[in-house]
Amino acid sequence: MREIKSHPILHFDRGGQIEFSFEGKKISAYQSETVAMALYRNGLNVFSESSKLHRPRGMFCAIGKCSSCMMRVNGVPNVCTCILPVREGMQVERQFGLGEKPSGVVHFPPPVERKETVTIIGGGPAGLSAAIVFAENGVKPLVIEQNPSLGGQLIKQTHKFFGSKNEGAGIRGIKIAEEMIQKVKKLEIPTLTRSSAFGFYPETGTLGVFKENQYIKVHSDYYLFATGAAERMIPFEGNDLPGVFGAGAAQTMMNIFGIRPGNRVLMVGAGNVGLIISYQLLQAGVEVAGVVEAAPRIGGYFVHAAKLRRFGVPIITSTTIKRAIGATRVEKAVIVSLDDKFNEIPNSEKEWDVDTVCLSTGLIPSVTLLAQAGCKMKYSPYLSGYVPIRNKNLMTTKENIFIAGDVSGVEEASTAILEGKLAAYSILKKMGKNTDVQIDETRRELEKLRSGPFGVKILKGLQEVQYE
Amino acid sequence: MSDYLRTGYLDVSDLEFPDEDIVKQHFVAVTECVQEIPCNPCVESCPVSAIKMDGINGIPHIDFEKCIGCGNCVAVCPGLAMFLVNIKEGKGRVSLPYEMLPLPNKGDTVNLLDREGKKVGIGTVIGIRQIEKDTTSSVITVEFDDTSLIKVVRNIEVVKNER
Ligand SMILES: Cc1cc2nc3c(=O)[nH]c(=O)nc-3n(C[C@H](O)[C@H](O)[C@H](O)COP(=O)(O)OP(=O)(O)OC[C@H]3O[C@@H](n4cnc5c(N)ncnc54)[C@H](O)[C@@H]3O)c2cc1C
Ligand code: SF4
Ligand code: SF4
Repeated sequence: MREIKSHPILHFDRGGQIEFSFEGKKISAYQSETVAMALYRNGLNVFSESSKLHRPRGMFCAIGKCSSCMMRVNGVPNVCTCILPVREGMQVERQFGLGEKPSGVVHFPPPVERKETVTIIGGGPAGLSAAIVFAENGVKPLVIEQNPSLGGQLIKQTHKFFGSKNEGAGIRGIKIAEEMIQKVKKLEIPTLTRSSAFGFYPETGTLGVFKENQYIKVHSDYYLFATGAAERMIPFEGNDLPGVFGAGAAQTMMNIFGIRPGNRVLMVGAGNVGLIISYQLLQAGVEVAGVVEAAPRIGGYFVHAAKLRRFGVPIITSTTIKRAIGATRVEKAVIVSLDDKFNEIPNSEKEWDVDTVCLSTGLIPSVTLLAQAGCKMKYSPYLSGYVPIRNKNLMTTKENIFIAGDVSGVEEASTAILEGKLAAYSILKKMGKNTDVQIDETRRELEKLRSGPFGVKILKGLQEVQYE
Repeated sequence: MSDYLRTGYLDVSDLEFPDEDIVKQHFVAVTECVQEIPCNPCVESCPVSAIKMDGINGIPHIDFEKCIGCGNCVAVCPGLAMFLVNIKEGKGRVSLPYEMLPLPNKGDTVNLLDREGKKVGIGTVIGIRQIEKDTTSSVITVEFDDTSLIKVVRNIEVVKNER
């Protein structure tokens, strides 16, 4: 029922079928699925409950960043099932409340140490473009990526990209990702997927990484953080009901796993992400009841809005969600009009019949490891949150720590690719290579992309956080 | 200009449109890309350099005298903001980008939709050009009786395939 059978852009290579056990019931899954996706496709809505009030929780982020889908797998509690590949015969059960420690002794293998010249954390467009520059200049970096596949946000972008020809304009994001991943393979760049960097210890300059049960201590001369951004949650009644998703989660479900997140969706937020994902929902055969936007104007590109409007999808500005209603899944959503000071207008509530609410209310740079590393941070609303202070060549206040992509300020894949290059050339320069020409060239290209009205915000932000 | 960032669609009066005698000669491109965004593949795709843009953040302007109606810009535009229009033998024709399922077949009758997705008439599919190898993304050409609709029709609704 939730499985997408045909799609105008994508073909789903789901692999053969296997079976695993969920609370004693047999669940059939495709080999390419994760546990949470198989359960969702089979109709499950409630994945866990809140530990104190026992409120039902559904899958929310679908990329291993929140805790809504944590279950007990083969006796081990608190496993993020949205990024855990299915295996034949695994035993899965929900945990109500906090997880219980497994009985008996669990053996973790002893830590492994790795000595690297350059380590890149995050295998999205920023991290991969940097890795390619390094490899082409004779330095093999280590790339660490927590998802099963490389490519970051790009592997979900089925639409054609904007920008200039050099960064792949007119080509679909998925194709750009494919080409980068091919290049990384061809250049034999070492990558660790399904590996989370979870801590940075400035005393020893060590990065802690978990690859499944294996603890890896990475010591590297240089670190490049390209960890991207995470979705922002907004407060409203019922925002924890199953059926409320981060818009990115909806995108992961439909564009990577070929699963419909719901039948009728309310999209909250008319920035580019909200507009694009609404259009992709239509392509997946999902009805979009409408897009609401708190601001008085559509924030994303007009052309994306026009694409939706001509399918009859309303975009309602100066309006937000007030409440999601339902027992164990969203059944209705209440929207409310806002005045020019963003205050609710009394008696303007309307009830919509939707089974899904998608939040696309902005992204926040994923900077926690950088803060832990002791990099000086600064808040910039123009860059979407706390970001590391850096110089023009993307070096943080720590000599050997660099940043690139959305983690340095939420922007675009085109600029993330260029920032990845710039950071790589800067590190190569520190290592004694003469890359001045490439540094200048890349900075000029970035300037060009940021020269329009949509770049004004970013340039303002950069003024606040750049030193030198 | 109309308040398109509130409504999400343009008004016909916002647009540059070629003279009727050009439209009656052959297909001509019209653009509905009116905002300064960092994008230019349409410019690069045009074989006769008919699209002018002032830097990558500029707004595309079409030289209607130069345009030969090849449709490259319609196929490449990531904003799906390029269309072709033509009037031939008293009938209106529009070519538009289409990325949904099901695809119509040549000869099918389809509903014609305006910029708000409202039905404004019916038309016949007279051409389907598949743009990419592995997707069904296409440029679809529809023909209809009311020639004034060439300024209005920007989408189609496939009335379920009875076959
Ligand atoms: C719906 C949508 C549409 C978009 N459309 C466009 C467009 O048309 N044009 C355009 O230019 N841009 C577009 N973008 C923006 C673009 O996708 C992002 O700006 C770009 O992906 C940022 O690249 P990045 O490498 O910085 O981050 P990401 O792509 O987010 O990659 C970061 C990677 O780091 C990994 N990671 C994070 N933390 C850790 C950790 N601790 N350990 C290990 N790995 C970690 C993540 O798993 C992820 O794979 C769009 C974005 C969205 C959501
Ligand atoms: S239709 Fe062809 S000739 Fe006309 S503007 Fe587009 S690309 Fe150029
Ligand atoms: S390719 Fe499309 S979206 Fe990009 S500038 Fe040209 S008309 Fe606008």
